[in-house]
Amino acid sequence: MKPKRAVGDGIISAVIKICGYSSILFVALILFFLMREGLPALWDVKPSSLIQPRWYPIEGYFGLLPLVMGTLMVTLTATLIALPFGLGTAIFISEIAPNWVKVVLKPIIEILAGIPSVVLGFIGILVMVPLLRKFLDLPTGLTAFTGAVLLGLISIPTIVSVAEEALNTVPAGYRQAGLALGATRWQTIWGITIPAARSGILTAVMLGIGRSLGETMAVMMVTGNAAVIPAQWDSLFRPVRTMTATIASEMGEVATGSVHYEVLFLIGIILFLLSLAVNIAASAISTRQRKRADRILS
Amino acid sequence: MSFLTAKRSGDKVRQTVGFNLLRGITILTVLPIIGLVAFIIIKGAPALNWEFLSTAPSNGMKAGGILPAIVGTLYLTLGTAVFSIPLGVAAGIYIAEYAQDNWLTRIIRIAIINLAGIPSVVYGLFGLGLFVLFLKFGTSILSASLTLSIMTLPVIISTTEEALRSVPNSFRVVSTSLGATRWQTIWRVILPQALPGIVTGIILGLERAAGETAPILFTGATFFLPLLPTSPLDATMALPYHIFVISTQVPGMPVSIQYGTVLVLLIFVLGMNLIATLIRNRARAKRLW
Amino acid sequence: MKKFIITDLSVRYSDNNESLRHIDLEIEANAITVLFGPAGGGKSTFLRVLNRLNDLADVDEMKGEVLFNGINILDKSIDPIALRRKIGMVFSRPVPLPLSIYENVAYGLRMAGERDKRKLDAAVENALRNAVLWDEVHDRLQDSGFAISGGQQQRLCLARVLALEPEVIMLDEPTSALDPVSTSKIEAQLTELKEKYTIILAPHSIQQGARMADFAAFFLMGEIIEYSSGQDMFLKPKDKRTQDYITGRFG
Repeated sequence: MKPKRAVGDGIISAVIKICGYSSILFVALILFFLMREGLPALWDVKPSSLIQPRWYPIEGYFGLLPLVMGTLMVTLTATLIALPFGLGTAIFISEIAPNWVKVVLKPIIEILAGIPSVVLGFIGILVMVPLLRKFLDLPTGLTAFTGAVLLGLISIPTIVSVAEEALNTVPAGYRQAGLALGATRWQTIWGITIPAARSGILTAVMLGIGRSLGETMAVMMVTGNAAVIPAQWDSLFRPVRTMTATIASEMGEVATGSVHYEVLFLIGIILFLLSLAVNIAASAISTRQRKRADRILS
Repeated sequence: MSFLTAKRSGDKVRQTVGFNLLRGITILTVLPIIGLVAFIIIKGAPALNWEFLSTAPSNGMKAGGILPAIVGTLYLTLGTAVFSIPLGVAAGIYIAEYAQDNWLTRIIRIAIINLAGIPSVVYGLFGLGLFVLFLKFGTSILSASLTLSIMTLPVIISTTEEALRSVPNSFRVVSTSLGATRWQTIWRVILPQALPGIVTGIILGLERAAGETAPILFTGATFFLPLLPTSPLDATMALPYHIFVISTQVPGMPVSIQYGTVLVLLIFVLGMNLIATLIRNRARAKRLW
Repeated sequence: MKKFIITDLSVRYSDNNESLRHIDLEIEANAITVLFGPAGGGKSTFLRVLNRLNDLADVDEMKGEVLFNGINILDKSIDPIALRRKIGMVFSRPVPLPLSIYENVAYGLRMAGERDKRKLDAAVENALRNAVLWDEVHDRLQDSGFAISGGQQQRLCLARVLALEPEVIMLDEPTSALDPVSTSKIEAQLTELKEKYTIILAPHSIQQGARMADFAAFFLMGEIIEYSSGQDMFLKPKDKRTQDYITGRFG
């Protein structure tokens, strides 16, 4: 055997190994640079003032509360909207639709997944905003609700594809057992199939939430960007501002290294940690389910 | 034997109602998507002509074409491809073929899940901190491409891994028993079989990168560029950013140009989607195993 | 002459499946040695020790000595890649590589670095003739390895191994997925091949074992219960367990 091949092989294997570790490197880099630019905010601004209800950087108010609550309100509403439609569609596609319908529906959902969020924001501004203003008699159509609807639309493909896959993974034997016991297909779906797929469905929901959390452009374009705490009963139909939109809209105008700049990075750290938590939770759920299934089926 | 023919009316009714409810929900979900795309096509098609695609904007963006934005998006997509494809595919090969089942591999997987979940605007911040400022690349195609590449990595890594794993293990065993090294087996047998899946994943990843706005906001995108970019260190216009600005910050913007620009981006992105789907379907049909 | 001398070989996988315990065995050169016994007895594990194929698997523990031509192949300094060219293996299901028939047969030589087209052509033809496949495929060598029947595919796998001119050919239930006609073709071929090669065969039926064996070893639960010549083993087994298995009382 030629020694040259062994050396070439060794070099290639080493390069591949380094590339394999690269994702750890990048996560570390991202965290490092976020902290490098953002942690100083904790020194330059009194931490207690970060939990104030006023976000008005020009006059030195860096209260993050309205932004956090804006994010929460829009994300939660978006999830509430997306869940029934996303899960309903997933169940329909997986359990009820005939094959030819599946073949038509799945590409359409994929098309939605591929539409850039700025395009959805664009339609939101030009179509939804005036519509909402007219039909709900609001002073402006730029509201949390508008953003939530768009976000819901954006997270539907994620929910549909993950949930549908979870339902598909339920062994055919389960369904057949249900039918053999005299249950209708409907009863089998709700009594057997969905419970069997529940961790996959839960994962789908969490990933959908994660998607909503991280969305920037669409919300920025339609939520009105008013950094107020959504505390009134109709706040859903008033302008609001999310953390992501704050960073995107204000970063262009801050001086590098200023306090405002640092606080924006701090918000970035918060978003990083939030999405970290959601995604780790989602993957923990799906791994736990897989392990249990392996134990049963082997 | 009347129980065989008796109608279980209660359950049957519930089922019919339930099925129709879900059918309705699905229609309600799908209709807006079709409506949206159709709407953009109808409103944007009138603006599409050769002049629109090949000339630069004029009159403060309110007239003329969108060539610089199209070119910019192409450059950014190319730049992303250059960095993310080799790194992503190699990392996917590592996880699928070399990595052992230990804690280190678990950490790598967690890192990939992480990268996949980071909000796009946070990537923008990261790109700003590392590439624009620290490495002093400035607001440039280079900075934006590098940022988009890291964002695209998880997609490419995951689909590469999945494509490799779907190749039957028997090939690996047989190849090894004939005296091939691990890399020879990968290069000559496994990778070629996994290629369609890998290419599909790459296209889907690049499609997302092409449509993203937030990561390029502070790392490479500009609105007004008198000349086309000539080097990777130049800033550039880009379709997503252009759409954002002309729909929110330019008063008196002709609606037809707005829709036309959106349509161009949509065609670009959905075209890539279509190609990826065609590749995937064709490969599935041709599969030997 | 003894091709292999195995002394006190013990192997344990991390999931405890199919382990081997204190195996002592000698394999005669230029003969067919049959390893038979119920499923899970360790035959497959044993074969994969001989060509170091279980380097690919999760092995917790491997102790003992395996002398091949006098050299211990379990030693860390041995190059398993070169070893596998000398000890070839045919598996229970035909597994053509996703390449043409020609490239399948030439695969081992190409991986070893052979580039000379004429040498490869000659080796491919030779191997296909020895596997009694040449007449059937010589005019379509560029067809996919999957485009032929199951029996032909398994002969292709045999040709693949022969092209490397090994010293030993191991076959793990090679005809279990084949029809009787293909099976007898392959059995006939093995009987001819033993003139040049040492053959180790794990049969998929006792009858096949009885037909083919010059020597035979009975594997049960990771141990060798009995070893003798083919005739003695199948007509006059000494151990009661061997008797029970051969007569079909368990299996």
